Amino acid sequence: MYTLSSKIKNLSIILMVLGLLGIGYGFFSAPKNTEDVEKILAADAHGAHHGATAGHEAAPAAGHGKATEAHAEAKEAHVEAEHKIEAALKTEAAHDSAVAEVAHVADSSVADSSVAHAETPAAPAHAEEAHAEKGHEAAKHEAHGDEHAEHVEHVFHQLQNKPWAALYVGALFIFLISLGVLAFYAIQWAAQAGWSPALFRVMEAITAYLVPGGIVVFVILVLAGVHVNHLFIWMDPAVVAEDHLIQGKSGYLNVPFFLIRAAIYLGGWIFYRSYTRKNSIALDETGDLSLYKKNFKASAGFLAFFLVSESMMAWDWVMSVDPHWFSTLFGWYVFASFFVSGITVIALITLHLKSNGYLEFINNSHFHDLAKFMFGISVFWTYLWFSQFMLMWYANIPEEVTYFKFRIEHYNLPFFGMVVMNFLFPVLILINTDFKRVPWIITMAGLIILSGHYLDFHNMIFPATVGENWFIGAAEIGSVAFFAGLFLFVVFNALSKAPLLAKGNPLIEESKHFHY
Amino acid sequence: MSHKVIHALYTDDDVLMDAVKQTRKAHHHIEEVYTPFPVHGLDKAMGLAPTRIAICAFLYGLTGLSFATWLLNNIMISDWPQDIGGKPSFSYIQNMPAFVPVMFEETVFFAAHLMVITFYMRSKLWPFKEAENPDVRTTDDHFLMEIAVNNNEDELTSFLKGTGAVEVKVVEKH
Repeated sequence: MYTLSSKIKNLSIILMVLGLLGIGYGFFSAPKNTEDVEKILAADAHGAHHGATAGHEAAPAAGHGKATEAHAEAKEAHVEAEHKIEAALKTEAAHDSAVAEVAHVADSSVADSSVAHAETPAAPAHAEEAHAEKGHEAAKHEAHGDEHAEHVEHVFHQLQNKPWAALYVGALFIFLISLGVLAFYAIQWAAQAGWSPALFRVMEAITAYLVPGGIVVFVILVLAGVHVNHLFIWMDPAVVAEDHLIQGKSGYLNVPFFLIRAAIYLGGWIFYRSYTRKNSIALDETGDLSLYKKNFKASAGFLAFFLVSESMMAWDWVMSVDPHWFSTLFGWYVFASFFVSGITVIALITLHLKSNGYLEFINNSHFHDLAKFMFGISVFWTYLWFSQFMLMWYANIPEEVTYFKFRIEHYNLPFFGMVVMNFLFPVLILINTDFKRVPWIITMAGLIILSGHYLDFHNMIFPATVGENWFIGAAEIGSVAFFAGLFLFVVFNALSKAPLLAKGNPLIEESKHFHY
Repeated sequence: MSHKVIHALYTDDDVLMDAVKQTRKAHHHIEEVYTPFPVHGLDKAMGLAPTRIAICAFLYGLTGLSFATWLLNNIMISDWPQDIGGKPSFSYIQNMPAFVPVMFEETVFFAAHLMVITFYMRSKLWPFKEAENPDVRTTDDHFLMEIAVNNNEDELTSFLKGTGAVEVKVVEKH
């Protein structure tokens, strides 16, 4: 029997308290109104963030960048052409053609316009262009006022979303770890694996977090549904009213159906978890093999349910933050991400228990197998990541590729950094058979994999909710710390509820003597 | 110069494993063991050094990766950087996603094939190679342990009989 050590208890409480402080700070420092945003933008104007506002001003100018260069040249022509222009504009027909010419010159390159400049007949056109430019400048200044207000409004929503997105990513990531372990657990039952029953109690304890974690995630989704936050823009009727694409999806993406679906997924997962856990404990006490068969059948059924519900969960909870974008392999991609995280957490918790002398029946070979899974599923994740990225990059269809374009432009380091952390690092470290048996190497690789997959979820949620205003600061780290603390507390508490060896399992002898 | 070896035949892999352990314990040098199928743990019992073929394969894989990178860079970027369907061929990294399938396959190709060839060379296997098994039954249902004789023929023979051998014979080896 495991008894909850005070060290773990204190650690989880410290994590939760610090996490709450971080989350609270995130909400406290979020701007309350657009005036706050103005201040933030003004303060940032001298910092690195200037690019965002400057870029915004520069953006409309860039479209006419070539025209403005031509503008200077046109000015010279303007004086000479002043007299000719009246003649040129005498008839409507001439005027029309001049306008057409202007349009043409404005569209073409500087080289074109300077060539045109050299030709006398084109001079009126140049003058006209100069006029047009002036008018345009004035119009632009007016438009800029509106644009600025719009920009501030936009940044305001993003900054208001930031603490919510931080909370959501933390809650979702830690919750999905326990879901990944549940899927792994079901696979071990359904495959009648001989090596893993010795680890069943650890897996069952990790999946105990499904209930509190699922409730937290569901509450955040409900809060989004009642417009407390703007994580999902398709939940905002004002946005949907103007957006034909979202209107077309509203048969699927509407709040009541969304919440009903979420309740069904969570209900199904939690039901399977409590059913198998109950049978597994009863199997220990009675040794009645019909319980084993029940769990086997339940696991096979659960895996079928899980395959569908997980995919839909990924569309609902993760992909729908970008309601204009879709990817067909997204469900598997999200699955691979939390599946490998789940296996890593099994390995880390087993290592911790083993090093404290609680699992004398676990040997090096069990760790070797877990590390092989960490390695293999890391590669599988990379395969899906690359397949999704490369197919869209290659075809370069605008409505698909914006998803990656935005991430590469504004999330460059986390976007490519996570590939290094989730692929390159595990592949180079865990490819060695001997390394897969060394506790500190598994721990190090595990921590890198977990951080990498947190970044993965960060990269999925943040660009759509806070745009380029992302940062991994107090709110983000606080959120992960809080849920990690809650996770540790729930998991280690569940570990102390049952013996660590599932002795009623018919495969347990084989598992105890497992040797690779 | 010819020297003598003893061939001890067994009919069960468990008995063989025990015999190998006893022979090692008695400090007799096992020259070779012939089995019809892989016997799990036999290499450890015989005290054979672990294989390094995986390390070879890793290095071959790196070679393949480098080859593919060089090849594609040379063809697609350096030699004739054409615009093919708008793909950016200004630098290798810009067009790299399109090269990854080739880089991956070349890595696997080099790792797999060169490793297999290494295996053939190190195990001295090739077509028309003369078979080396000393007794045809070792390819069917018998296990054979070959032990060097150093003027201790009688002692060895009785020792091997004691380990459960069904047949023990002294052979002149050339």
